[in-house]
Amino acid sequence: MCQVGEDYVDPPPRECPPAPRPGRGQKCVKCKEGKPVVAVRAGDAFCRDCFKAFYIHKFRAMLGKNRLIFPGEKVLLAWSGGPSSSSMVWQVLEGLSQHSAKRLRFVPGVVYVDEGAVCGQSLEDRAKTLAEVQQILCSISFPWHVVSLEEVFSLPPSVLRYCPQDLAGTEGAYKAAVDSFLQQQHALRAEGAKDVCGLAPGEEERCWRQSQDPHGPLSLAGSPTAAQTEALCRLFESVRTLTAKEELLQMLRSHLILHVARAHSYSKVMTGDSCTRLAIKLMTNLALGRGAFLAWDTGFSDERYGDVVVVRPMRDHTLKEVAFYNRLFAVPSVFTPAVDTKAPEKASIHRLMEAFVHRLQAQFPSTVSTVYRTSEKLAKAPRESCAEGPQGPRCLLCLCTLDIDAADSATAFGVQTSALSQMPPSTLQAEAGIPTTPCSAVGGGPGCCGKACGREGDSQPQVIKQLCYSCRANMKDLPSLDPLPPYILAEAQLRSQRAWVMQDIQEYLIKDSADEAETTES
Amino acid sequence: MAAPLSVEVEFGGGAELLFDGIKKHQVTLPGQEEPWDIRSLLIWIKKNLLKERPELFIQGDSVRPGILVLINDADWELLGELDYQLQDQDSILFISTLHGG
Repeated sequence: MCQVGEDYVDPPPRECPPAPRPGRGQKCVKCKEGKPVVAVRAGDAFCRDCFKAFYIHKFRAMLGKNRLIFPGEKVLLAWSGGPSSSSMVWQVLEGLSQHSAKRLRFVPGVVYVDEGAVCGQSLEDRAKTLAEVQQILCSISFPWHVVSLEEVFSLPPSVLRYCPQDLAGTEGAYKAAVDSFLQQQHALRAEGAKDVCGLAPGEEERCWRQSQDPHGPLSLAGSPTAAQTEALCRLFESVRTLTAKEELLQMLRSHLILHVARAHSYSKVMTGDSCTRLAIKLMTNLALGRGAFLAWDTGFSDERYGDVVVVRPMRDHTLKEVAFYNRLFAVPSVFTPAVDTKAPEKASIHRLMEAFVHRLQAQFPSTVSTVYRTSEKLAKAPRESCAEGPQGPRCLLCLCTLDIDAADSATAFGVQTSALSQMPPSTLQAEAGIPTTPCSAVGGGPGCCGKACGREGDSQPQVIKQLCYSCRANMKDLPSLDPLPPYILAEAQLRSQRAWVMQDIQEYLIKDSADEAETTES
Repeated sequence: MAAPLSVEVEFGGGAELLFDGIKKHQVTLPGQEEPWDIRSLLIWIKKNLLKERPELFIQGDSVRPGILVLINDADWELLGELDYQLQDQDSILFISTLHGG
C-alpha cells in the first residue's frame, strides 16, 4: 500500500477475477481453518461459522453506528415473507435473545401485508399463504399485525399528513434515552419484576393479548370483503403499465404500514431492503423522476412522515448473503408471487433496472456496492425554492417535499399542468366521475365553503397539482383517478379547500407593505 | 464414457415457478462421452425440466444473473462455476434473488 510510486512504474499483475478462483483446497479467509462455503465480495471465501458472525456483526453495526433506535422504543418490522425481511426479523429475534452478547433493547412488532389480491392469487392461495404466514408469526414471540391491502379502502385521510415530531435524534438525546432506560431497568429489577424487553409488565400483557386474539381488530382484521377486493382489483386493472402498477402498490403498502405504525404507536418501521435491492431502487427511481428524493427512498433512515421513521438495517447485506444465510441457517420465509412474477425483462422500469444491475454485477462485482455507496452520500436538502421546512407543501402520495416549481411554466411539465387546468370542468368531471360529496362530510364546518364545493368538478387537476413530478408521471397511467381509495381523494379535496380558504382570507387582508403581508401569511 | 449420475436438483426463491412449482427434482443424468459439468447440466435442465420462459432462467450458457447456484450447500464460485464436474449424489440448488422470483 505504501509503495505507491512503484505501483505506478510497473502495475503488478493483480489477482483479477478471471484468474483461478479460490479452489476447493482453499480455507476460510477469516479463521484459516474451516471449509469455505460462500464467496462474498470478490474472492473472500468464508466458512459457515465465520459467515454467520460476519452477517450478524453487519446487522448490529448498522444499528449501532446510526444510533437511531432508542432503547425501549417500539419498532415495527415490515415483513413481506421474502428473504431479506425474513432475515431481518430473525436477526432481531437473535439480537433480543438472552444469550446474545449485546442485546438489542427495542420492542419489536411485526406487520405483514397480504397483497394477494393484486398479485393474481386466488382466495384459496391467499388462505394457504396466510396460514403459512401465521404459523411463522406464531413461532416468533413478537406481537404481530396481519393486514390485507384491501384495507386501504378504509384508511383515514390523515394518513397522508405529515406529523412533525420534536424529538431530535441527536447524540445527546440518544445518550439520555439510554441512561433513563438503564435506570428504569434497575428500578424494575429492584422491584423484582421480571422484565423481558423493557416494557412495564402491564404493557407487555397488553401486547400479548393483541397478538393472540385472532379476532381482534389489531392483529387480523378479518378477511376483506368481496367488494373491497373487487375495488382493489379494478383499480389495479385500470393501470396501464406495470411500472405504474408497481409504484402504486408500493405507495399503498407504505401508507398501510404507516397507518398500522401510527395506530399502535410504533415510532420506527424497519424494512428489509438489501443493498442489492437498494442499488436497483436507486437506478429505478432516477429513471422514474424521483431523483430529488433518492436520499429518502434509499438512505438508512427516512423521516418523511415525521412521527414514524423508516429505517433500513439490512442495507449492508447483499441479496446473495441473505440467500446464503437463510439457506445455511434455515430462516423460514414465505414465497408469494409479486405483480411482476414471470414478467419479461422489459415489462417495467423496475424489471429492466433489476436485470441491468444484475448483469453488470455479474461482470463487475463491485457494481452494487458502488451504486449503493453513492446512495449513502446523498443529502436530504430540498431544492432552494421549496425549502420551506417541514411545513412546506408535500406530495399527496409519496409525502416528499414537493419538487414542482409552479412558476416554471416554460418546461414541458409546466405546459402539461397548465393544459390540465384549462380543460373545461365538465369534461373533467365526466372523466373523473368523482361523486360530488357535500364538503361538510369531508371535514369542513357547517356552511363551510359554498365556493369550494362549486369547484369540485376540478378534482382530477386538484389531485395532480398536489403531486410531485414522479407521482404525476405515474398517475398519467391511470385513465381515471376515481378507483383510487377514498382517503386519497378526500385528503386532496381537503387540501385544496384549505388552499381556497387561505386564498379567500388573503383577499380581506389589508396589505400595507410586502413585508407585513408575509408575516400575516406565516 | 461417464457413467449415469443421480443428482438432486432443487429450485428456490421463486425459480420453482418455471418448473411447475416443484422445488425438488431427483434426476438421473444419462451416461455420455464427456463428464457431466454444470454447463451440460443446464442444457439438460432446459431440455427436460424447464416448463416455460427459458429466458427467465438461462441466459447464454449460464444461469440468468441474479440466480445463485449452490453445489452441496456451497457457493459455486468456489467450485469452478460452470466447469464444476458433477459427482454422483450431488445436490444442486438454484435460488432466484430476483424480485417476484
